[in-house]
Amino acid sequence: MAHDNKMHFELPSKVKTTAYVLMVIGLVAAALGWFADKTDHHQYWWANLLINGFFFFAVALGALFFYALQYAAEVAWSAQLKRIFEAMYSYIPIGLGVIVVVLLMGQFHVHHLYHWMDSEVYNPESPAYDEIIAGKRPYLSAWFFWLRVAVYGAVFIYFARLFRKWSLQEDEVGGTEIHYRFYKKSAVFLVFFAVFSSTLAWDWLMSIDVHWFSTMYGWYVFSGMWVSTMIFATLLVIWLKGRGYLSTVNDSHIHDLGKWMFAVSMLWSYLWFCQYMLIWYSDIPEEVTYFKERYDHYMGGMWAVFFVNFAVPFYALMARDAKRNFKYLTRVGVIIFIGHFADLYMAVVPGTIHGHLEWGFGEGHHTTFVGWFEAGMFVGFLGLFILTVLGTLSKARLVPAKHPFLDESEHHSI
Amino acid sequence: MANKVFHVMYDDDQKLLDAAKALVAQGIRVKDVFSPFPVHGLDPVIGVKRTRLAIASFMYATTGTLLATLGTWYFMVSDWDWNIGGKPNFTWIENAPAFVPVMFEFSVFCGAHGMAITYLLRNGTLPGMPASNPDPRTTDDKFVMEIVTEQNESMSASDIEAKIRATDVYELSIKDY
Repeated sequence: MAHDNKMHFELPSKVKTTAYVLMVIGLVAAALGWFADKTDHHQYWWANLLINGFFFFAVALGALFFYALQYAAEVAWSAQLKRIFEAMYSYIPIGLGVIVVVLLMGQFHVHHLYHWMDSEVYNPESPAYDEIIAGKRPYLSAWFFWLRVAVYGAVFIYFARLFRKWSLQEDEVGGTEIHYRFYKKSAVFLVFFAVFSSTLAWDWLMSIDVHWFSTMYGWYVFSGMWVSTMIFATLLVIWLKGRGYLSTVNDSHIHDLGKWMFAVSMLWSYLWFCQYMLIWYSDIPEEVTYFKERYDHYMGGMWAVFFVNFAVPFYALMARDAKRNFKYLTRVGVIIFIGHFADLYMAVVPGTIHGHLEWGFGEGHHTTFVGWFEAGMFVGFLGLFILTVLGTLSKARLVPAKHPFLDESEHHSI
Repeated sequence: MANKVFHVMYDDDQKLLDAAKALVAQGIRVKDVFSPFPVHGLDPVIGVKRTRLAIASFMYATTGTLLATLGTWYFMVSDWDWNIGGKPNFTWIENAPAFVPVMFEFSVFCGAHGMAITYLLRNGTLPGMPASNPDPRTTDDKFVMEIVTEQNESMSASDIEAKIRATDVYELSIKDY
């Protein structure tokens, strides 16, 4: 091979330093934010930790899903890119760790993001008794909740490690035997994922607005996760190409990744709007609470997020040339990536603080928006995510050596 | 000298693609290709311009969106303000979410139908139109490349024929016209 020297990705020290700087910025923002945050139980601080923990976990989990999807659907064009997704899903344990910390602190009443974790709401004698939450007790009881957390973690980490192990094995032995094993196991994983992607969204996000439920919520969270994954993967591939790696990845591959960004953005818009419209139309008190909260205090933010995440990809990525222009694709990708982070913010914050959107740190039960704090936390986790992903990427060949579809992938042309 | 038309038939799309590349490299202009399915990578070789069908489709779809907006406003608000499920349609904007599905569907309807009809018109393949392919087998499993001397005046007909015969030809027919 002519490009053998570029088959192994080496993490440039400059990038490493940048990632560490980002993480330090994140730590400083988190530390300053902790002291500046005057909400009850540092609620706003914890909400931001949950948002960042979940967002980057979701990007990693989406990568595992997309990876399995490629095998289950016997996709050839993406064969060269499988290491990109492997690197991304290597973050799953870390992301899960952050979420578990937030959940544990909730369980021990350090914060109050999850109202239903308070045992008083189930006690009919208590003034805090809440009939609606008590009705959901079988699902929300601590043992069942933590059992689910454990099962999600075990299943995701098991499959992530197994797929990575097989993938590296295939580099050595070749043949099609491992490929068929992948095919079967991927299908099994997708069955688990189909259920867990919904239930984990209920458990960790929807249960914040515990009086409310929506059957579309799981898919809405899943589609947001998937589109963030596709954006990050596209940006990473473009970045690697710019550094002279992945020389056999051509315009058509980038075009296809761009199509995924476009298509999944539309899936997200569709699900967001369906959830909204059905609730708006039927106008039943138990259903409208979620949007009432956002209408009263976050009207501008909610609609801004929807229009950015729908209209920007729709108009900016529709044309063929747009998806083949690397710089343009990068810019649009960055906008929607941040857009989906803001979407998660809109899903978490209104239900945890129940206040008005005001500038600066608020007190007691007042929602705040500071700017530097949220951005700092995001940037810190971004640094951690980048460092993990690029670290894994440098540990194996950048393009698999003996994937059966490799030749077809190299001749991908659309 | 009469103009001649060469109909070069191939029995495989890869053979056709290789032949097209070889002939174009020797300075021959290919007028057209008749194929039962789109051959990937052929268009840039024989110099077919990028289709503007997508732009046309976008315009049809936008027309659909506008018509549906106008329609929902006229039928549901202006002509007679309907009250459905306790939601009186006094203004269009207050009920916009309810109109989005029909706007979406009508955009897809207009975009898809407009695109299909434009495609068939442009190709001359609307039902009942006379067939313009030189050989009926190009709708089955054969591929025909059309080369005319008119577009290749720098070469003699026998010269072109020799170059064509050097490719993996299945059948060749030469006609005056």
